[in-house]
Amino acid sequence: MNQHVMLNRRAFVIGTAAAGAGLALGFNLPLGPTVARAADGSPEVNAWVVIRPDDTVVIRIARSEMGQGSLTGLAQLVAEELECDWSKVTTEYPTPGQSAARGRPWGDFSTGGSRGIRGSHDYVRKGGATARLMLIQAAANEWKVPAAECSAASSVITHLPTGRTTTYGKVAEAAAKLSPPSDVELKDSKDWKIAGKGLKRLDTADKTTGAMVYGIDFKLPGMLNAAIKDCPVFGGKLKSFDEAKVANMKGVKKVVRVGDSGVAVVADTWWHAKTALDALPIEWDEGPNAKTSSETISKWLAEGLEPSQAAFVGNQNGNAMAEIARAAKVVEAVYNYPYQNQATMEPMNATALHTGDKLDVWCGTQNGEAAFATAVQASGLPPEKCDVHKLILGGGFGRRGQSDYVRQAVLIAKEMQGTPIKLLWSREEDMQHGFYHPVTQCRMVGAFDADNNLTALRMRISGQSILARLRPEAMINGMDPATFQGLAPSGEAAIGYSIPNLLIEHSMRNPHVPPGFWRGVNINPNTIYLESFMDELAHAVGQDPLAFRRKLMAGHPKHLAVLNAVAERIGWDKPPPQGVYRGLAQVMGYGSYVAGAAEISVTDGSKIKVHRIVAATDPGYVVNPAQVERQVAGSFVYGLSALFYGGCTVKDGRIEQTNFDTYNSMRISEMPKVETILMPSGGFWGGVGEPTIGVAAPAVLNAYFAATGKRIRSVPLRQQNISFA
Amino acid sequence: MGTAMANLTINGKKIEVDVEPDTPLLWAIRENIGLTGTKYGCGIAQCGACTVHVDGVAMRSCGVLVSEADGKEITTIEGLAADGKLHKVQLAWIEHDVPQCGYCQTGMIMAVAALLKDNPKPTDQDIDEAITNICRCGTFAQVREAIHAVANA
Repeated sequence: MNQHVMLNRRAFVIGTAAAGAGLALGFNLPLGPTVARAADGSPEVNAWVVIRPDDTVVIRIARSEMGQGSLTGLAQLVAEELECDWSKVTTEYPTPGQSAARGRPWGDFSTGGSRGIRGSHDYVRKGGATARLMLIQAAANEWKVPAAECSAASSVITHLPTGRTTTYGKVAEAAAKLSPPSDVELKDSKDWKIAGKGLKRLDTADKTTGAMVYGIDFKLPGMLNAAIKDCPVFGGKLKSFDEAKVANMKGVKKVVRVGDSGVAVVADTWWHAKTALDALPIEWDEGPNAKTSSETISKWLAEGLEPSQAAFVGNQNGNAMAEIARAAKVVEAVYNYPYQNQATMEPMNATALHTGDKLDVWCGTQNGEAAFATAVQASGLPPEKCDVHKLILGGGFGRRGQSDYVRQAVLIAKEMQGTPIKLLWSREEDMQHGFYHPVTQCRMVGAFDADNNLTALRMRISGQSILARLRPEAMINGMDPATFQGLAPSGEAAIGYSIPNLLIEHSMRNPHVPPGFWRGVNINPNTIYLESFMDELAHAVGQDPLAFRRKLMAGHPKHLAVLNAVAERIGWDKPPPQGVYRGLAQVMGYGSYVAGAAEISVTDGSKIKVHRIVAATDPGYVVNPAQVERQVAGSFVYGLSALFYGGCTVKDGRIEQTNFDTYNSMRISEMPKVETILMPSGGFWGGVGEPTIGVAAPAVLNAYFAATGKRIRSVPLRQQNISFA
Repeated sequence: MGTAMANLTINGKKIEVDVEPDTPLLWAIRENIGLTGTKYGCGIAQCGACTVHVDGVAMRSCGVLVSEADGKEITTIEGLAADGKLHKVQLAWIEHDVPQCGYCQTGMIMAVAALLKDNPKPTDQDIDEAITNICRCGTFAQVREAIHAVANA
């Protein structure tokens, strides 16, 4: 007799025998005779695979879908090994609470760092393969034949000698009672039939009809709505507010202090809550950062560019300082990169119901387990009384890896126990309370010998560390290794050049503006710095930028291969059309090698039209080429939006940009089609959601130099009165 | 204060809604009528996520007041399908796998449906001028491809 815990509509019924510590990932649950069941009673073959009697295959996906397509890609990987009928596949999210109760059978939920596929391809495929073997074994048992005489394809199991067949739906119940095999062999990618194909996404239909429920759309009976303001100056506090002034406004139920820096109005509708919040007199204690501005930050960062200032060394060989001192020619330039807001189309929101002894949260999050931990902490309840139910995200780009909005929703719900509360941020709140792409400056110095050979490169980055603020446990002796993305001596974000004397350093300066992960993260500034400067160096000695790079890339064949691919496709060895100019860039990030080439024209030195973009990616393996192409093209839209229109500035301690009128984004008229070259070379798994963004800006900036002879070293272009034509 | 009633015609149905006349149509649609396919993105008519048809014209519903919509025919994404069949733009969106996160796409689809009604064979330049919705995921190539596919069907 199973003991069951019914969790909720989206949840599963779990045999308590499955609960306990130390369980391996979900293909190996020692369930014994206990069968875990989905909410509809269908048997769970293992944590990844539920099969209904009608042969529907429900694949569990732990990573979050935010548009990047990994929900579909992960399902393809499971289905590939499961040998199921793809037309019968559907997906569901397990909850972080269930994961905690079952010993994390689904592994890490975190969806950032282009990790969705590359971080879980191995165990999800094993999940599919294990389930397939159990289903075959169950059929063999029923037929009393050896499993080795049976094979499975498209959810049908066949006993080869007799031709007898059955389906997954018919044997799933028996399969779920079997012990999982301990060893499974995974297919070679050349034998893939479902993975590796540009299949359509599984989550499209509801996104075209308005039926898809994002966090902002979630509803519960009796739910109230909350609008919030946090202290506009980061680090400031809420001093007081005058509730009486808004208490009688239409729909207002309550005004709630949220932590020590926020205040929320709760009302029947969000529009009423927001209207009352705008009318609420609030006094802030703006704290010690109330005078900080972009200018003061910039000045502070500039000091860090001086060699006398302490710095962490991220990559070094030879003696760059000595070589520069005795060089025949030295080229020097200073670059900078601003704060950027992720500006997801769906503003931050979460719905929470705190009943006094139980808490449930519904929200879009890139990190279900972090949201769960935050919710537990804010609720004051034990973890087993809490859960987080993930919804599809209206964009993530790194922002929804943070759980600040979850904490706020729980704190408000805790004040209004028994009433579901949906907290929604206004766009203005979202623009001004982000975790921003960090601000850095960079001094680049290159040295040539008398024969115009590059003998040394020195790169001094000064500015903000993300990890120091958000993941101090990942720091290495005070150094933030992520600062050196794309510049590291080896690993998943390795530099693609061999330079005899190299010194890359980071002088850490952490302003009060919260830094965060912003699609591509430090690949963005670092690739602008390095790839723009490589162009500068090439021009300084009168060499072709491609030829100049190639000489330094002989020891980096995969970096070179993607660069060569874009150069060939754009026609680098032939002159561009009259009035059109070209730029190139390459980088390695998130385990993938990417390059981009752009063709632009410039009118009056200030109006840029982008005519062509070519992008090449070697991510090792491609699970869904159609989705990878969309990620590559989308990276250009996101990266060029940041280059042309982005940049968050600081005044009086707060972010000045409040909406899309001051923090704009590219439109369809400004964006050419991206010609994508996918060249997976196998043997490694790289991410695809982020790396390409690194090359978007420098490819265009290098083309701008080719067109005008003017080098842009500061982002965004709008601050220099350069815009799209 | 007190109750205020507005008479709205949404997706062919006349609905009496208890909402102040100065409420943005977006919020009346989402909260008072309960149709959440129309999205909030900016509230200042910049992004287009809240696009609906008002008397057949694509409008950003965050910038239209309930009082201004009174007596007009409003169509939301939920009313685009007719007789249980998806609109040709919705079908093209599925065929061309257009949405990524999808949040802006209901507004995008409404803007495109209005464009194609007025201009069944838009050029790339027509598309550039008419479709000004923000998509942070960057689906523009698929949007353009799907529009041309509908036009050439």
